[in-house]
Amino acid sequence: MRAFSTLLERLAFTPARNAKLRILRHYLEQTPDPDRGFALAALTGGLKLRTVTPGLLRGLMVERVDEQLFALSYDFVGDLAETIALLWDTDRDEDVPLHQAVALLSDTGKAGLPTAIAGMLDRLGASQRLAFLKLATGNMRIGLSARMARIALAEMGDPDVAQIEEIWHGLTPPYQPLFDWIAGGPRPEQAAKAPFRPVMLSTPVDLDQLQAFRPEDYVAEWKWDGIRVQAINDGGVRRLYSRTGEDIGTSFPDLIEALNFDGTVDGELLVRRGDDVAVFGDLQKRLGRKQVGRGMLDSHPASLRVYDLMIWQGRDLRDLPLTQRRAVLDGADFGSDRIDVSPLLPFATWDDLAALRADPPAAVIEGVMIKRRDSVYVGGRPRGPWFKWKRDPHVVDAVLLYAQRGHGKRSGFYSDFTFGLWDADQLVPVGKAYFGFTDEELRELDRFVRNNTIERFGPVRSVAPKLVLEVAFEGLNASGRHKAGVAMRFPRISRIRWDKPVAEADHLSTLKAMIA
Amino acid sequence: MRADQILHPTPAGLYCPPGDFYIDPIRPVPRALITHGHGDHARSGHGAVMATRQTLEIMAIRYGTDFAGQTQAADGPLRVGDTTVSFHPAGHILGSAQIAVQPDHGPRIVVSGDYCRHPNPVSAAYEPVACDIFVTEATFGLPVFKHPDPAGEMTRLIASMAEFPERPHLIGAYALGKAQRLIMLARQAGIDGPIAIHGALQRLCDYHVEQGIDLGPLVPATAKQVEAQLVIAPPSAFASAWVQRFRDPVIGFASGWMTVRARARQRGVELPLVISDHVDWPQVTRTITELAPSEVWITHGAEDGLMRWCELEGIPARPLRLVGYEDEPE
Repeated sequence: MRAFSTLLERLAFTPARNAKLRILRHYLEQTPDPDRGFALAALTGGLKLRTVTPGLLRGLMVERVDEQLFALSYDFVGDLAETIALLWDTDRDEDVPLHQAVALLSDTGKAGLPTAIAGMLDRLGASQRLAFLKLATGNMRIGLSARMARIALAEMGDPDVAQIEEIWHGLTPPYQPLFDWIAGGPRPEQAAKAPFRPVMLSTPVDLDQLQAFRPEDYVAEWKWDGIRVQAINDGGVRRLYSRTGEDIGTSFPDLIEALNFDGTVDGELLVRRGDDVAVFGDLQKRLGRKQVGRGMLDSHPASLRVYDLMIWQGRDLRDLPLTQRRAVLDGADFGSDRIDVSPLLPFATWDDLAALRADPPAAVIEGVMIKRRDSVYVGGRPRGPWFKWKRDPHVVDAVLLYAQRGHGKRSGFYSDFTFGLWDADQLVPVGKAYFGFTDEELRELDRFVRNNTIERFGPVRSVAPKLVLEVAFEGLNASGRHKAGVAMRFPRISRIRWDKPVAEADHLSTLKAMIA
Repeated sequence: MRADQILHPTPAGLYCPPGDFYIDPIRPVPRALITHGHGDHARSGHGAVMATRQTLEIMAIRYGTDFAGQTQAADGPLRVGDTTVSFHPAGHILGSAQIAVQPDHGPRIVVSGDYCRHPNPVSAAYEPVACDIFVTEATFGLPVFKHPDPAGEMTRLIASMAEFPERPHLIGAYALGKAQRLIMLARQAGIDGPIAIHGALQRLCDYHVEQGIDLGPLVPATAKQVEAQLVIAPPSAFASAWVQRFRDPVIGFASGWMTVRARARQRGVELPLVISDHVDWPQVTRTITELAPSEVWITHGAEDGLMRWCELEGIPARPLRLVGYEDEPE
């Protein structure tokens, strides 16, 4: 578990994605089975262990340390598992194999748990103790998605990410057949029902680029601003996956219940009330919930708008051209009014389509999708067959208020910018952006921040309100967590307005009026 | 004479009436005794300064040779007013000392300054000095602070340098003491190529070499192109544009505070190294147990934790609540 504890620590402190990937890949390459498999499961939420409560841990500690010293320590450290890992008094530092710790946490009965945990802590040094306690409390917090773990796996051998995603949901820790496959062995049999299939993605396009293509070779439909999902009913096994293969079904029991068909379909997850599709912010309220209350199910009902059929009534349609898949789709019965089909748009020229895109019938539409009629369904992001032509972003002119130093390639540069808008005669922070500018502009912004600093708080500086930034964003959500009451989606700096006086920056009321 | 008539806190620092001197005063005073060269303990502008020869030389490097009206190197027991004072190694940085104050009538007081009991190649080892009253810091005065073997921390640094060979590793370390210790630890760990140092470290590193501490090949980290993977700089340099010359650096920091993850995260540190020049919890409690003073005074730091421990052990203790001293600089 020494290597595992080092891995957790490195991942926790390493901000850059590629650096995280390298650390994880090295660990997986160098660690023997079954420990690397259990580590992978721990990182991706695939380990089902007995959850150890904070109360149990606290109880262990007060038997061993003066209560007042414990309280002072906890107050200073701020994290219970970390406090205990640091306080625990032992001279031993055995390298206990991870699978032993996993076995302890999955096999020990409730009554024996305190003694077993104390016995394990007695054998471990501080950093292993922390890893063990994080495992026990099920709280890894290392900022690594299951998707990233699969990318690291793909870098280790021949199978690519799409191939790994396709079998991922049939595998269980410690994933021996997966590692064997990556090392050159046979592909694991897909035994599980309702597996995730790699999703077909599109590339961005604009009107100029479209001129190279013939409109009659394409169909178009609205790009709905929900969450792209894959919904499956495979012989009664129902699944809802995000486009990266995360199983999100537990947050959407109402939709799971409505999957009364036989097949694997590609569509958009939306909150829909009758014919009205709600804005993304409503859908966001449903995300990430382990349990959904009755009230939420009634007020924010989930629905599915189907784009495509991958497998239908036992037939794999992915090798057929889009028009043939669409013909099956148009005749399909989904057996629920929570599921409908995304309609095709009538157009003869790209200008026709431009006019539709400029005036969509609902706020929840974020552009149009353009798909070749003869395109077969392939996972990944092939260049060409499918395009997304997103609506133009919203923009506001905001004032730079705070800047924070970046990491990695931006070390030493103030590269994370908090900006604000006028509210009466005050500037209120409304968001944060850390891209959209060129390297040259970054140097100019960095110089501006250094020359106009008012106060420093660690890596953050407050800046004299002198510079207007044009901020582009995709949409707005009402937000209780933000002081201004709104949260921007995907904000980035689209222009630096060196020329514009601060007094002419936009007002918060302008922004609030944009909330649909 | 009662103990608090021999030494007591004042706004300028700890004052000794029978000797008419201050220890590590934070304001200019007529006569100062100084434990070590860190800026919060050793300030310029005093009338007379007594310190170890090395501390005096370090002060001259930092403030210029006219940093005090007159200076006296502490060598053996010396009479100051109605007291005898002596300086003893503290194990903190080069030249660091504890100051023992023996009044003609009354208890013997040892002011330990900042001290450390881990082996340190740039400092003479801490020497226990028997006393009635032991004055201690409590920078890391909580039981969560158990500084690991620095060799293990260097192993982590070397592993990161091997895992990311294309990325320079910039390690923040206080310019006096910590930086040179870090260089020596790197040498002991087998890094024998050039190590780059920020300009602010140059003169202090030169001085260590003059004092017989072989820091190995050092190159300036001020050039446009820095020819070393390991770069050491004072913490303040990380907020400056100096960092921008490095492409995708790994930022590390060597400090006892790196024990606590939230502290490391606040600083944006990617590679926290727990290396400290201060006593940790096991050391400070062991020192008090060994010295068995009749009373403990606590100068600065996490005094609540150490006060509680003294209470549990039945040792009379009181906080002096001295202001103006940094905990281990962050």
